[in-house]
Amino acid sequence: MGKPLIFSKTTLHNLFSKSPCKMYPAVPAHFYERTTGHIENDIEDCILCGACMRSCPSNAITVDKKAGTWQIERFKCVTCLNCVRVCPKSCLTNVNTYMPPATEPVIDLLHKVAED
Amino acid sequence: MAKQTIVPFGPQHPVLPEPIHLDLVLEDENVVEAIPQIGFIHRGLEQLVSKKDYKQFVYITERICGICSFGHSLGYSQTVENLMEVEVPPRAEAIRVILHELSRIHSHILWLGLAADAFGFESLFMQCWRLRERILDIFEQTTGGRVILSAVNVGGVNYDIDDAMLKGIVEVLEGLRADYGDLCHVFVDDSTVRSRLFEVGCLSKEDASALSCVGPFARASGIPEDVRSYGYGGYGLLSGFEPIVSDGCDCLARVEVRTKEVVQSIDIIEEIISKMPAGEIQNKVKGNPGAGAQAVARLEQPRGECIYFAKGNGTKYLERFRIRTPTAENIAGLVQALQGCKLADVPNIILTIDPCISCMER
Repeated sequence: MGKPLIFSKTTLHNLFSKSPCKMYPAVPAHFYERTTGHIENDIEDCILCGACMRSCPSNAITVDKKAGTWQIERFKCVTCLNCVRVCPKSCLTNVNTYMPPATEPVIDLLHKVAED
Repeated sequence: MAKQTIVPFGPQHPVLPEPIHLDLVLEDENVVEAIPQIGFIHRGLEQLVSKKDYKQFVYITERICGICSFGHSLGYSQTVENLMEVEVPPRAEAIRVILHELSRIHSHILWLGLAADAFGFESLFMQCWRLRERILDIFEQTTGGRVILSAVNVGGVNYDIDDAMLKGIVEVLEGLRADYGDLCHVFVDDSTVRSRLFEVGCLSKEDASALSCVGPFARASGIPEDVRSYGYGGYGLLSGFEPIVSDGCDCLARVEVRTKEVVQSIDIIEEIISKMPAGEIQNKVKGNPGAGAQAVARLEQPRGECIYFAKGNGTKYLERFRIRTPTAENIAGLVQALQGCKLADVPNIILTIDPCISCMER
Protein backbone atom coordinates (compact mmCIF):
# COMPACT_ATOMS: atom_id res chain seq x y z
CA MET A 1 0.00 0.00 0.00
CA GLY A 2 2.94 2.36 -0.41
CA LYS A 3 5.42 3.92 1.95
CA PRO A 4 4.84 6.97 4.19
CA LEU A 5 6.85 10.22 4.32
CA ILE A 6 8.66 9.77 0.98
CA PHE A 7 8.27 13.48 0.27
CA SER A 8 10.10 14.42 3.47
CA LYS A 9 13.45 14.09 1.63
CA THR A 10 12.44 16.87 -0.78
CA THR A 11 11.00 18.94 2.07
CA LEU A 12 14.19 18.74 4.13
CA HIS A 13 16.31 19.54 1.07
CA ASN A 14 14.21 22.66 0.42
CA LEU A 15 14.41 23.67 4.07
CA PHE A 16 18.20 23.74 4.12
CA SER A 17 18.97 24.86 0.54
CA LYS A 18 19.17 28.33 -0.93
CA SER A 19 15.95 30.00 -2.06
CA PRO A 20 15.40 29.64 -5.82
CA CYS A 21 13.49 32.94 -6.02
CA LYS A 22 15.14 35.95 -7.61
CA MET A 23 14.71 39.28 -5.85
CA TYR A 24 13.09 41.04 -8.80
CA PRO A 25 13.19 44.02 -9.43
CA ALA A 26 16.32 44.51 -7.28
CA VAL A 27 17.89 41.76 -9.39
CA PRO A 28 16.93 42.50 -13.01
CA ALA A 29 15.24 39.85 -15.17
CA HIS A 30 17.51 37.83 -17.42
CA PHE A 31 16.70 37.70 -21.13
CA TYR A 32 18.30 35.36 -23.64
CA GLU A 33 19.64 36.59 -26.95
CA ARG A 34 16.66 35.06 -28.79
CA THR A 35 13.96 36.15 -26.32
CA THR A 36 11.08 37.61 -28.29
CA GLY A 37 10.66 41.09 -26.84
CA HIS A 38 9.50 43.60 -29.42
CA ILE A 39 10.03 44.55 -33.07
CA GLU A 40 12.10 47.55 -34.09
CA ASN A 41 12.49 48.98 -37.56
CA ASP A 42 15.59 50.77 -38.83
CA ILE A 43 13.61 53.17 -40.98
CA GLU A 44 16.78 54.42 -42.73
CA ASP A 45 17.17 51.07 -44.48
CA CYS A 46 13.45 50.39 -44.94
CA ILE A 47 12.18 50.52 -48.54
CA LEU A 48 8.51 50.44 -47.48
CA CYS A 49 7.88 47.37 -49.66
CA GLY A 50 5.02 46.19 -47.41
CA ALA A 51 6.17 42.54 -47.16
CA CYS A 52 5.95 42.76 -43.36
CA MET A 53 2.40 44.13 -43.54
CA ARG A 54 1.26 41.31 -45.84
CA SER A 55 2.90 38.59 -43.74
CA CYS A 56 1.65 39.79 -40.34
CA PRO A 57 -0.95 37.31 -39.00
CA SER A 58 -2.39 39.86 -36.56
CA ASN A 59 -2.50 42.87 -38.94
CA ALA A 60 -0.36 44.91 -36.55
CA ILE A 61 1.83 46.56 -39.20
CA THR A 62 0.65 49.23 -41.65
CA VAL A 63 2.92 50.54 -44.40
CA ASP A 64 1.95 53.59 -46.44
CA LYS A 65 4.41 54.01 -49.28
CA LYS A 66 2.87 57.29 -50.55
CA ALA A 67 2.99 58.97 -47.15
CA GLY A 68 6.34 57.31 -46.41
CA THR A 69 5.26 55.86 -43.06
CA TRP A 70 5.72 52.55 -41.27
CA GLN A 71 3.48 51.90 -38.28
CA ILE A 72 3.15 49.11 -35.71
CA GLU A 73 0.33 48.68 -33.20
CA ARG A 74 2.09 47.19 -30.18
CA PHE A 75 -1.04 45.75 -28.57
CA LYS A 76 -1.84 43.79 -31.74
CA CYS A 77 1.71 42.47 -32.29
CA VAL A 78 2.14 38.86 -31.11
CA THR A 79 5.94 38.84 -31.72
CA CYS A 80 5.83 35.79 -33.98
CA LEU A 81 8.71 37.47 -35.90
CA ASN A 82 7.21 36.53 -39.27
CA CYS A 83 7.89 40.10 -40.45
CA VAL A 84 11.55 39.85 -39.43
CA ARG A 85 11.92 36.68 -41.52
CA VAL A 86 10.32 38.08 -44.68
CA CYS A 87 12.02 41.51 -44.60
CA PRO A 88 14.16 41.74 -47.79
CA LYS A 89 16.42 44.49 -46.35
CA SER A 90 16.77 42.95 -42.85
CA CYS A 91 15.85 46.31 -41.33
CA LEU A 92 13.32 44.73 -38.95
CA THR A 93 14.85 43.21 -35.84
CA ASN A 94 13.72 41.52 -32.65
CA VAL A 95 14.88 43.33 -29.51
CA ASN A 96 15.04 40.95 -26.54
CA THR A 97 13.44 43.30 -23.99
CA TYR A 98 9.74 43.87 -23.48
CA MET A 99 7.87 47.10 -24.17
CA PRO A 100 6.96 49.02 -21.01
CA PRO A 101 3.46 48.27 -19.72
CA ALA A 102 0.72 50.60 -20.93
CA THR A 103 -2.99 51.15 -20.34
CA GLU A 104 -3.76 52.70 -23.74
CA PRO A 105 -3.02 51.10 -27.13
CA VAL A 106 0.51 52.05 -28.22
CA ILE A 107 1.09 52.89 -31.88
CA ASP A 108 4.63 53.58 -33.08
CA LEU A 109 4.70 55.61 -36.29
CA LEU A 110 7.98 56.01 -38.20
CA HIS A 111 8.51 58.47 -41.05
CA LYS A 112 10.87 57.74 -43.89
CA VAL A 113 12.80 60.87 -44.84
CA ALA A 114 12.78 61.27 -48.62
CA GLU A 115 16.22 60.90 -50.23
CA ASP A 116 16.96 63.76 -52.63
CA MET B 1 -33.71 2.43 -5.47
CA ALA B 2 -31.98 5.27 -3.62
CA LYS B 3 -32.98 8.83 -4.34
CA GLN B 4 -31.02 10.36 -7.22
CA THR B 5 -29.51 13.84 -7.05
CA ILE B 6 -27.90 15.84 -9.84
CA VAL B 7 -24.79 17.83 -8.89
CA PRO B 8 -23.48 20.26 -11.53
CA PHE B 9 -19.66 20.12 -11.88
CA GLY B 10 -18.03 23.03 -13.71
CA PRO B 11 -17.65 24.91 -16.00
CA GLN B 12 -15.93 26.88 -13.23
CA HIS B 13 -14.30 24.57 -10.70
CA PRO B 14 -11.04 24.81 -8.71
CA VAL B 15 -9.51 21.71 -10.37
CA LEU B 16 -10.47 22.70 -13.89
CA PRO B 17 -8.05 25.05 -15.67
CA GLU B 18 -10.47 25.19 -18.57
CA PRO B 19 -14.28 25.09 -18.73
CA ILE B 20 -16.22 21.85 -19.14
CA HIS B 21 -19.52 21.05 -17.52
CA LEU B 22 -20.61 17.67 -16.16
CA ASP B 23 -23.98 16.82 -14.70
CA LEU B 24 -23.23 14.16 -12.08
CA VAL B 25 -26.20 11.92 -11.31
CA LEU B 26 -25.61 10.68 -7.75
CA GLU B 27 -27.07 7.99 -5.56
CA ASP B 28 -25.79 8.95 -2.11
CA GLU B 29 -22.05 9.51 -2.70
CA ASN B 30 -21.84 7.29 -5.80
CA VAL B 31 -21.84 8.64 -9.35
CA VAL B 32 -24.39 6.73 -11.41
CA GLU B 33 -23.98 8.70 -14.59
CA ALA B 34 -22.02 11.71 -15.83
CA ILE B 35 -23.46 13.82 -18.65
CA PRO B 36 -20.84 16.08 -20.27
CA GLN B 37 -21.56 19.41 -21.89
CA ILE B 38 -19.01 21.33 -23.97
CA GLY B 39 -18.96 24.54 -25.99
CA PHE B 40 -17.84 27.18 -23.50
CA ILE B 41 -14.58 28.13 -25.21
CA HIS B 42 -15.21 27.67 -28.95
CA ARG B 43 -13.40 30.38 -30.92
CA GLY B 44 -13.88 29.28 -34.54
CA LEU B 45 -10.15 29.11 -35.23
CA GLU B 46 -10.48 26.48 -37.99
CA GLN B 47 -12.62 28.89 -40.00
CA LEU B 48 -9.79 31.44 -39.96
CA VAL B 49 -8.09 29.49 -42.80
CA SER B 50 -10.34 31.48 -45.12
CA LYS B 51 -8.86 34.76 -43.80
CA LYS B 52 -5.18 33.93 -43.18
CA ASP B 53 -2.93 32.44 -45.84
CA TYR B 54 -1.37 29.03 -45.30
CA LYS B 55 1.98 30.48 -44.18
CA GLN B 56 0.39 32.83 -41.63
CA PHE B 57 -1.94 30.17 -40.30
CA VAL B 58 0.85 28.28 -38.57
CA TYR B 59 0.93 31.15 -36.04
CA ILE B 60 -2.83 30.76 -35.50
CA THR B 61 -2.64 26.99 -34.92
CA GLU B 62 -0.07 27.35 -32.18
CA ARG B 63 -2.50 29.62 -30.34
CA ILE B 64 -5.19 26.92 -30.21
CA CYS B 65 -3.82 25.83 -26.85
CA GLY B 66 -1.00 27.05 -24.65
CA ILE B 67 0.31 23.64 -23.62
CA CYS B 68 0.14 21.81 -26.96
CA SER B 69 1.12 24.92 -28.93
CA PHE B 70 4.24 23.45 -30.50
CA GLY B 71 2.45 20.20 -31.39
CA HIS B 72 -0.34 22.00 -33.20
CA SER B 73 2.01 24.14 -35.27
CA LEU B 74 4.01 21.00 -36.10
CA GLY B 75 0.88 19.04 -37.05
CA TYR B 76 -0.38 21.87 -39.24
CA SER B 77 2.99 22.24 -40.96
CA GLN B 78 3.23 18.50 -41.62
CA THR B 79 -0.27 18.51 -43.11
CA VAL B 80 0.48 21.40 -45.48
CA GLU B 81 3.81 19.77 -46.39
CA ASN B 82 1.93 16.57 -47.28
CA LEU B 83 -0.57 18.66 -49.22
CA MET B 84 2.13 20.42 -51.26
CA GLU B 85 4.56 17.46 -51.30
CA VAL B 86 7.33 19.48 -49.66
CA GLU B 87 10.43 17.72 -48.36
CA VAL B 88 11.72 18.80 -44.94
CA PRO B 89 15.51 18.79 -44.35
CA PRO B 90 16.70 16.05 -41.93
CA ARG B 91 18.15 18.58 -39.48
CA ALA B 92 14.83 20.42 -39.33
CA GLU B 93 13.06 17.10 -38.65
CA ALA B 94 15.49 16.38 -35.80
CA ILE B 95 14.98 19.87 -34.28
CA ARG B 96 11.21 19.36 -34.52
CA VAL B 97 11.50 16.10 -32.58
CA ILE B 98 13.68 17.72 -29.90
CA LEU B 99 11.24 20.60 -29.40
CA HIS B 100 8.22 18.30 -29.52
CA GLU B 101 9.66 15.97 -26.91
CA LEU B 102 10.61 18.96 -24.73
CA SER B 103 7.02 20.14 -25.00
CA ARG B 104 5.85 16.66 -23.99
CA ILE B 105 8.10 16.82 -20.90
CA HIS B 106 6.78 20.25 -19.96
CA SER B 107 3.17 19.17 -20.57
CA HIS B 108 3.49 16.00 -18.50
CA ILE B 109 5.28 17.73 -15.62
CA LEU B 110 2.65 20.45 -15.66
CA TRP B 111 -0.05 17.78 -15.61
CA LEU B 112 1.62 15.90 -12.74
CA GLY B 113 1.57 19.16 -10.77
CA LEU B 114 -2.11 19.72 -11.52
CA ALA B 115 -2.90 16.13 -10.54
CA ALA B 116 -1.03 16.62 -7.24
CA ASP B 117 -3.06 19.79 -6.67
CA ALA B 118 -6.29 17.91 -7.41
CA PHE B 119 -5.61 15.26 -4.77
CA GLY B 120 -4.55 17.92 -2.28
CA PHE B 121 -0.73 17.65 -2.34
CA GLU B 122 0.11 21.32 -2.96
CA SER B 123 3.78 21.06 -2.09
CA LEU B 124 4.26 18.37 -4.72
CA PHE B 125 2.43 20.59 -7.20
CA MET B 126 4.94 23.41 -6.54
CA GLN B 127 7.92 21.07 -6.93
CA CYS B 128 6.65 19.81 -10.30
CA TRP B 129 6.14 23.29 -11.67
CA ARG B 130 9.55 24.33 -10.41
CA LEU B 131 11.11 21.54 -12.51
CA ARG B 132 9.05 22.61 -15.51
CA GLU B 133 10.72 26.04 -15.41
CA ARG B 134 13.97 24.45 -16.59
CA ILE B 135 12.26 23.24 -19.77
CA LEU B 136 10.69 26.66 -20.34
CA ASP B 137 14.14 28.21 -20.00
CA ILE B 138 15.42 25.86 -22.73
CA PHE B 139 12.54 27.00 -24.94
CA GLU B 140 13.35 30.65 -24.32
CA GLN B 141 17.02 30.14 -25.03
CA THR B 142 16.48 28.18 -28.26
CA THR B 143 13.37 29.79 -29.77
CA GLY B 144 12.78 33.01 -27.84
CA GLY B 145 9.37 32.04 -26.48
CA ARG B 146 8.47 30.20 -23.30
CA VAL B 147 5.05 28.86 -24.27
CA ILE B 148 4.24 30.08 -27.79
CA LEU B 149 7.43 29.21 -29.65
CA SER B 150 6.77 30.24 -33.29
CA ALA B 151 9.55 27.78 -34.15
CA VAL B 152 7.99 25.79 -37.00
CA ASN B 153 6.93 26.85 -40.45
CA VAL B 154 5.91 25.06 -43.61
CA GLY B 155 9.07 23.44 -45.00
CA GLY B 156 11.29 23.48 -41.92
CA VAL B 157 12.00 25.31 -38.68
CA ASN B 158 12.73 28.95 -37.93
CA TYR B 159 15.58 28.44 -35.48
CA ASP B 160 18.69 26.33 -35.66
CA ILE B 161 20.04 24.88 -32.44
CA ASP B 162 23.83 24.94 -32.45
CA ASP B 163 26.13 22.41 -30.78
CA ALA B 164 26.70 24.56 -27.68
CA MET B 165 22.95 24.84 -27.11
CA LEU B 166 22.46 21.10 -27.71
CA LYS B 167 25.13 20.36 -25.11
CA GLY B 168 23.38 22.75 -22.71
CA ILE B 169 20.05 20.96 -23.30
CA VAL B 170 21.61 17.58 -22.45
CA GLU B 171 23.13 19.03 -19.26
CA VAL B 172 19.79 20.50 -18.15
CA LEU B 173 17.98 17.25 -18.91
CA GLU B 174 20.50 15.18 -16.97
CA GLY B 175 20.02 17.49 -13.96
CA LEU B 176 16.27 17.22 -14.42
CA ARG B 177 16.42 13.41 -14.58
CA ALA B 178 17.97 13.21 -11.12
CA ASP B 179 15.55 15.62 -9.43
CA TYR B 180 12.57 14.23 -11.33
CA GLY B 181 13.33 10.71 -10.11
CA ASP B 182 12.67 11.79 -6.52
CA LEU B 183 9.28 13.24 -7.45
CA CYS B 184 8.34 10.13 -9.47
CA HIS B 185 9.06 8.08 -6.40
CA VAL B 186 6.51 10.19 -4.48
CA PHE B 187 3.85 9.87 -7.21
CA VAL B 188 4.17 6.11 -7.56
CA ASP B 189 5.07 4.88 -4.06
CA ASP B 190 3.80 7.38 -1.47
CA SER B 191 1.01 5.94 0.65
CA THR B 192 -1.10 9.14 0.71
CA VAL B 193 -0.93 9.44 -3.08
CA ARG B 194 -1.76 5.77 -3.60
CA SER B 195 -4.74 6.03 -1.27
CA ARG B 196 -6.27 8.64 -3.60
CA LEU B 197 -5.39 6.98 -6.92
CA PHE B 198 -5.19 3.20 -6.55
CA GLU B 199 -8.19 1.41 -8.09
CA VAL B 200 -9.98 4.73 -8.64
CA GLY B 201 -11.70 5.50 -11.96
CA CYS B 202 -10.98 2.16 -13.61
CA LEU B 203 -11.44 1.82 -17.38
CA SER B 204 -10.98 -1.69 -18.74
CA LYS B 205 -8.94 -2.43 -21.87
CA GLU B 206 -12.10 -3.50 -23.71
CA ASP B 207 -13.92 -0.27 -22.82
CA ALA B 208 -10.91 1.89 -23.73
CA SER B 209 -10.68 0.14 -27.09
CA ALA B 210 -14.44 0.30 -27.79
CA LEU B 211 -14.57 4.01 -26.88
CA SER B 212 -11.52 4.86 -29.08
CA CYS B 213 -9.47 6.29 -26.23
CA VAL B 214 -6.02 7.58 -27.15
CA GLY B 215 -2.75 8.65 -25.59
CA PRO B 216 -1.55 7.93 -22.05
CA PHE B 217 -5.19 7.44 -20.98
CA ALA B 218 -5.50 4.45 -23.35
CA ARG B 219 -1.96 3.19 -22.70
CA ALA B 220 -2.76 3.06 -18.98
CA SER B 221 -5.58 0.66 -19.87
CA GLY B 222 -3.19 -1.65 -21.70
CA ILE B 223 -3.58 -0.44 -25.29
CA PRO B 224 -0.06 -0.21 -26.86
CA GLU B 225 -0.92 2.60 -29.29
CA ASP B 226 1.54 5.44 -29.91
CA VAL B 227 1.91 7.20 -33.26
CA ARG B 228 5.62 7.73 -32.58
CA SER B 229 6.19 4.00 -33.01
CA TYR B 230 5.44 4.40 -36.76
CA GLY B 231 8.57 6.53 -37.06
CA TYR B 232 7.09 9.65 -38.69
CA GLY B 233 9.37 12.62 -39.31
CA GLY B 234 12.51 12.65 -37.20
CA TYR B 235 11.37 9.67 -35.13
CA GLY B 236 12.76 7.50 -37.95
CA LEU B 237 16.23 8.38 -36.62
CA LEU B 238 15.58 6.42 -33.43
CA SER B 239 16.98 2.90 -33.12
CA GLY B 240 13.70 1.71 -31.66
CA PHE B 241 10.58 2.88 -29.88
CA GLU B 242 8.34 1.00 -27.50
CA PRO B 243 5.17 2.64 -26.16
CA ILE B 244 4.90 2.75 -22.38
CA VAL B 245 1.92 0.66 -21.34
CA SER B 246 0.39 -0.23 -17.99
CA ASP B 247 -2.29 -2.79 -17.20
CA GLY B 248 -3.42 -1.02 -14.03
CA CYS B 249 -6.41 0.66 -15.76
CA ASP B 250 -6.83 3.06 -12.78
CA CYS B 251 -5.76 6.63 -11.99
CA LEU B 252 -2.44 5.42 -10.56
CA ALA B 253 -1.64 3.64 -13.84
CA ARG B 254 -2.23 6.89 -15.76
CA VAL B 255 0.16 8.72 -13.43
CA GLU B 256 2.75 5.94 -13.83
CA VAL B 257 2.53 6.02 -17.64
CA ARG B 258 3.07 9.77 -17.73
CA THR B 259 5.93 9.70 -15.22
CA LYS B 260 7.71 7.09 -17.35
CA GLU B 261 7.02 8.96 -20.58
CA VAL B 262 8.98 11.96 -19.31
CA VAL B 263 12.06 9.77 -18.85
CA GLN B 264 11.43 8.20 -22.25
CA SER B 265 11.29 11.68 -23.83
CA ILE B 266 14.62 12.59 -22.21
CA ASP B 267 16.13 9.42 -23.71
CA ILE B 268 14.68 10.25 -27.15
CA ILE B 269 16.12 13.78 -27.06
CA GLU B 270 19.55 12.52 -26.05
CA GLU B 271 19.55 9.90 -28.80
CA ILE B 272 18.44 12.43 -31.44
CA ILE B 273 21.13 14.89 -30.28
CA SER B 274 23.78 12.16 -30.56
CA LYS B 275 22.67 11.50 -34.18
CA MET B 276 22.03 15.14 -35.11
CA PRO B 277 22.15 15.50 -38.92
CA ALA B 278 23.95 18.50 -40.42
CA GLY B 279 22.63 20.76 -43.14
CA GLU B 280 19.84 23.20 -43.91
CA ILE B 281 16.88 23.83 -41.61
CA GLN B 282 14.48 25.25 -44.18
CA ASN B 283 13.33 24.32 -47.68
CA LYS B 284 11.84 27.09 -49.80
CA VAL B 285 8.13 26.62 -50.35
CA LYS B 286 6.68 28.19 -53.48
CA GLY B 287 3.21 28.12 -54.96
CA ASN B 288 -0.12 27.32 -53.37
CA PRO B 289 -1.86 24.09 -52.36
CA GLY B 290 -3.60 22.60 -55.42
CA ALA B 291 -7.35 22.85 -55.93
CA GLY B 292 -9.06 19.81 -54.39
CA ALA B 293 -5.82 18.43 -52.94
CA GLN B 294 -6.32 16.80 -49.54
CA ALA B 295 -3.85 15.66 -46.91
CA VAL B 296 -3.84 14.16 -43.45
CA ALA B 297 -1.13 14.08 -40.77
CA ARG B 298 -1.03 12.13 -37.51
CA LEU B 299 0.91 13.24 -34.51
CA GLU B 300 1.41 11.97 -30.96
CA GLN B 301 0.59 14.98 -28.85
CA PRO B 302 1.31 14.83 -25.09
CA ARG B 303 -2.38 13.98 -24.60
CA GLY B 304 -2.60 11.41 -27.37
CA GLU B 305 -3.02 10.92 -31.07
CA CYS B 306 -4.05 14.05 -32.93
CA ILE B 307 -5.20 13.98 -36.57
CA TYR B 308 -4.99 16.98 -38.90
CA PHE B 309 -6.81 17.35 -42.20
CA ALA B 310 -6.38 20.07 -44.81
CA LYS B 311 -7.87 20.69 -48.24
CA GLY B 312 -6.54 23.18 -50.77
CA ASN B 313 -8.43 25.27 -53.34
CA GLY B 314 -5.65 26.52 -55.59
CA THR B 315 -5.27 29.87 -53.77
CA LYS B 316 -3.01 30.81 -50.86
CA TYR B 317 -5.96 30.17 -48.53
CA LEU B 318 -6.93 26.63 -47.56
CA GLU B 319 -10.43 25.40 -48.32
CA ARG B 320 -10.75 23.50 -45.05
CA PHE B 321 -8.65 22.68 -42.03
CA ARG B 322 -9.77 20.31 -39.32
CA ILE B 323 -8.22 18.86 -36.18
CA ARG B 324 -9.37 15.79 -34.27
CA THR B 325 -7.93 16.29 -30.83
CA PRO B 326 -7.15 13.65 -28.18
CA THR B 327 -9.39 15.18 -25.51
CA ALA B 328 -12.43 14.90 -27.79
CA GLU B 329 -11.68 11.18 -28.12
CA ASN B 330 -11.15 10.67 -24.40
CA ILE B 331 -14.36 12.33 -23.16
CA ALA B 332 -16.34 9.12 -23.83
CA GLY B 333 -13.80 7.12 -21.83
CA LEU B 334 -13.95 9.69 -19.04
CA VAL B 335 -17.73 9.36 -18.77
CA GLN B 336 -17.32 5.57 -18.58
CA ALA B 337 -14.56 5.84 -15.93
CA LEU B 338 -16.72 8.16 -13.80
CA GLN B 339 -19.55 5.64 -13.52
CA GLY B 340 -19.59 4.06 -10.08
CA CYS B 341 -16.92 6.29 -8.53
CA LYS B 342 -17.28 8.39 -5.38
CA LEU B 343 -18.10 12.08 -5.69
CA ALA B 344 -14.80 13.03 -3.98
CA ASP B 345 -12.82 11.16 -6.67
CA VAL B 346 -14.44 12.97 -9.61
CA PRO B 347 -11.79 15.76 -9.84
CA ASN B 348 -8.98 13.18 -9.87
CA ILE B 349 -10.58 11.11 -12.59
CA ILE B 350 -11.35 14.14 -14.76
CA LEU B 351 -7.74 15.26 -14.51
CA THR B 352 -6.32 11.85 -15.39
CA ILE B 353 -7.46 12.21 -19.01
CA ASP B 354 -5.40 15.45 -19.05
CA PRO B 355 -8.32 17.44 -20.46
CA CYS B 356 -7.45 20.22 -22.88
CA ILE B 357 -10.73 21.93 -23.60
CA SER B 358 -9.19 24.71 -25.71
CA CYS B 359 -7.86 22.10 -28.14
CA MET B 360 -11.12 20.20 -28.14
CA GLU B 361 -13.29 23.19 -28.99
CA ARG B 362 -10.83 25.40 -30.90
